[in-house]
Amino acid sequence: MATTYTLISSVTVGAGGAANIEFTSIPSTYTDLLVKVSGRTTGTNTTVYYDYNSTTSNQSSIRLYDSNGTAGSDTQTRQTIQMPDSTYTATTFGNIEIYIPNYAGSNNKSSSVDSVNENNSTTNINTLTAALWSNSAAITSIKIVAFSGNMAQYSTAYLYGISNA
Amino acid sequence: MTNKIVVDCSTGEVQEIALTAEEIAEREAMAAEYAAQKAQEDAAKAAAQAAKESANAKLAALGLTAEEIAALTK
Repeated sequence: MATTYTLISSVTVGAGGAANIEFTSIPSTYTDLLVKVSGRTTGTNTTVYYDYNSTTSNQSSIRLYDSNGTAGSDTQTRQTIQMPDSTYTATTFGNIEIYIPNYAGSNNKSSSVDSVNENNSTTNINTLTAALWSNSAAITSIKIVAFSGNMAQYSTAYLYGISNA
Repeated sequence: MTNKIVVDCSTGEVQEIALTAEEIAEREAMAAEYAAQKAQEDAAKAAAQAAKESANAKLAALGLTAEEIAALTK
């Protein structure tokens, strides 16, 4: 059971957006990591990837989603989250949490994600994702990058370290 | 080209820096993948719409009214 949450770093995207957001030199002193994102993209697709240690290989994920009351599931060859794109109502942002247990260990790195997008009651997408990075390296960096377009201005990302004692 | 934001967790420093050549190539690959995916989705939607219109025309040719066709397709 996690007993302490420590804010490691945070960032807010400025004017003009950002191609991606990357946390680097993540210390290995915590047990788990938690990334909280309030995000929006400038593209025309809600899919956003998160990568570790600057690599896009050996990733997989399974998504369960509910889109406007229609449930479904799919598999991906990347670790994915969802956030509103430019077709959504202006200034609407999605809420995303990525939980990464045992990020500094030598086992493969699992993560769980929940994403919620809402578009002024006309569209809503809720997604639960189980993801895996099949790599024994400790996670030292996390990059968040949109599949289409950039991260929009005012998007925020907070990285927390969680200790189990 | 839009810069990326890099947060160094060891110092707290936040930098906006240019993408590397590898990252530019990755973005270009994703853009191409997205364009192909979008074209595929658009083509599937167009084919479905064309099939629907064709089916409705055939039903009308059989003598069904617009209301009857609508009742069938609900």
